[in-house]
Amino acid sequence: MYKLTLIIRYLLKRRITYFATLAVALCVFIVVVVMTVMSGLVGQFKQKNHEFVGDCVVGTDSLVGFPYYEQFMARLNDSGFVVGVSPVVKNFALLNLTNYDIKKGVEILGLDPVLHSQTTNFAQTLHFRAAQPEKAFVPINDPNATGCVWGVDVILLRNAQGQYSYGARPPRLSLTLTGFPLTARGALAGVGSNPARTESFQYSDYSHTGIARVDGSLVYIPLEKAQELCMSGQEKRVSAIHLRFASDVSVEEGTRRVAELWSRFKQEMAESPNSGLLEGVSVQDWMRYRRAVIAPMEKEQVLLSLMFGLVGITTVFIVFVVFHMIITNKRKDIGILKSVGASNVGVLTLFSGFAFGVGLIGSCVGTFAGWLFLARINRIEEWLFFRFGWQLWDRTIYAIEDIPNRVEPEVMAVIIASAILACLLGALVPSYQAARLQPVETLHAMRT
Amino acid sequence: MSQLPVILKAENVHKSYRMGATRVNVLKGAELAVQEGEFIAIVGASGSGKSTFLHVLGGLDRPDKGVIQFNGRDLNRVGARELNRFRNEKVGFVFQFYHLLDELTVLENVMLPAMISRSVAGWLAGRRTVRQRAEGLMEQMGLKERMKHKPFQLSGGERQRVAIGRALMNEPKLLLADEPTGNLDSATGNGILNVLDTLNKAGQTIVMVTHDERIARKAQRIVTLVDGRAR
Repeated sequence: MYKLTLIIRYLLKRRITYFATLAVALCVFIVVVVMTVMSGLVGQFKQKNHEFVGDCVVGTDSLVGFPYYEQFMARLNDSGFVVGVSPVVKNFALLNLTNYDIKKGVEILGLDPVLHSQTTNFAQTLHFRAAQPEKAFVPINDPNATGCVWGVDVILLRNAQGQYSYGARPPRLSLTLTGFPLTARGALAGVGSNPARTESFQYSDYSHTGIARVDGSLVYIPLEKAQELCMSGQEKRVSAIHLRFASDVSVEEGTRRVAELWSRFKQEMAESPNSGLLEGVSVQDWMRYRRAVIAPMEKEQVLLSLMFGLVGITTVFIVFVVFHMIITNKRKDIGILKSVGASNVGVLTLFSGFAFGVGLIGSCVGTFAGWLFLARINRIEEWLFFRFGWQLWDRTIYAIEDIPNRVEPEVMAVIIASAILACLLGALVPSYQAARLQPVETLHAMRT
Repeated sequence: MSQLPVILKAENVHKSYRMGATRVNVLKGAELAVQEGEFIAIVGASGSGKSTFLHVLGGLDRPDKGVIQFNGRDLNRVGARELNRFRNEKVGFVFQFYHLLDELTVLENVMLPAMISRSVAGWLAGRRTVRQRAEGLMEQMGLKERMKHKPFQLSGGERQRVAIGRALMNEPKLLLADEPTGNLDSATGNGILNVLDTLNKAGQTIVMVTHDERIARKAQRIVTLVDGRAR
């Protein structure tokens, strides 16, 4: 009983305890805020990539593409576990804005807007045709022309709040895209005369995926047009097939089953013309397919976690120093307690319990302050921007609207547990030393 | 007095300390037998080992050699747990510098030995009895009105009376007092001696260490420590 009473008194009556608690609270606050924002950013980024790609991609990096995709799509549609199949052509082209003297290289993505919307969130990324993806390539200004959708950052600039000025209708823009069709062997189709092929388009809509690189470089055109611009040959080819699985099929399981189907399909098509192109095709889940962009961000998160691991070590050290001071200061108490029968274990429990109390209160205060701060982080940032022109992330550059602030209870629990553990670790050595103190030593010391 | 049983017996007790590079032999075969109800004063010059002897008698320290028996039980042969229980239940210490816990109130300081011997559940079950006992002791010490005060709010004499109350909390058979008046003025010191005298008259066995012959005369028997031996 004396332990509980003394723990409470030490917590409430010692000023140095307030400093220790404050140090823990501060560390926890920083970790909660940074981890929430960082894991929110990474989580959002992954989600956007997942939505952009679908669950799985059967595709090749080769600009030549691969044939017989329609046969394989038919198998996928019959499989029962695939609910969305969308063939796409990924390639490069030269964009020429006819009314302006603007020419630039762009990445093109040829797709069927309906199939792609069944597989990915393509429809939701559109601004004017969000409810009618089948009309994504039908320009509002000129319904008879072939439309194209632009990544929003290709043409629009964001204001400081991260908003785009879309306007009531898409601007009336004519453009041409020039591609270089390749044969199934990878050679330029039009060697001798003019190897390039040019198609005209009317601008029809914006696409805003929230992925900066995609929104800043991608132009979406109808699948057939992309095939004409970039591929030539008897068999139609595509670069990839994007898939979405039924809700009861996990991405891992679905990808494994698609890989089996593809393997069988490849064997069956082995004798067909240009079947060699099928060899370069791989089956990847969305994470693997987008690993080149996701991995650096994950690495950043790991580095940040490591850095905050160091913050944790600092906490342990602070607690160690504070407890060393407290226990040095409390040698008299230890002597008194032992002279009236307190055991070594009792003294160890007393100071460990004290450390637990410091950790618990500090981490709860830090977590609450962190939660409060996160709940208002966007308002605070907005206020700072209007008042001082200061912004954490420049919205004209970064593809985020709000700073992520969704607090994960599991993350909070882990942080609180870690803080308490850090306090217990920090207090372990001083508590052990206190427990081993001989009462006579401390009583002698007080006499001299 | 001679018919009363011996509750504490020290035989051939040796104790030495390291002081820098040298080893100081403080006790060199000290002997003492304390009968139940006795009031003994141990006197000796400064540095003669009085306090060390008292600490060894009370199980706060272990002798290098020799035997300490309490009610026939050799304290050298008991484990740490039993020694803790011995300090908690069988003896009560009163120190020169009171040694009260600053964070606790007067009443809590008195109740401390009872708090140590009880778990949270045991405390909840018996707290009323413990509190009554502590309040009774405070009343006996004339500190009824000071129970909620903190030690720093009390005078030296009052603090020492709180320390005596704490020492008596678990009704120990033996009260060990180390220079109980050493930090007090003469009048206050006399007051403390009167308290000890009253307790002894009520049957409490007391062993007191002092360097002051005048104070020692309050005891029934005086033992002098000279050259590490009791005479």
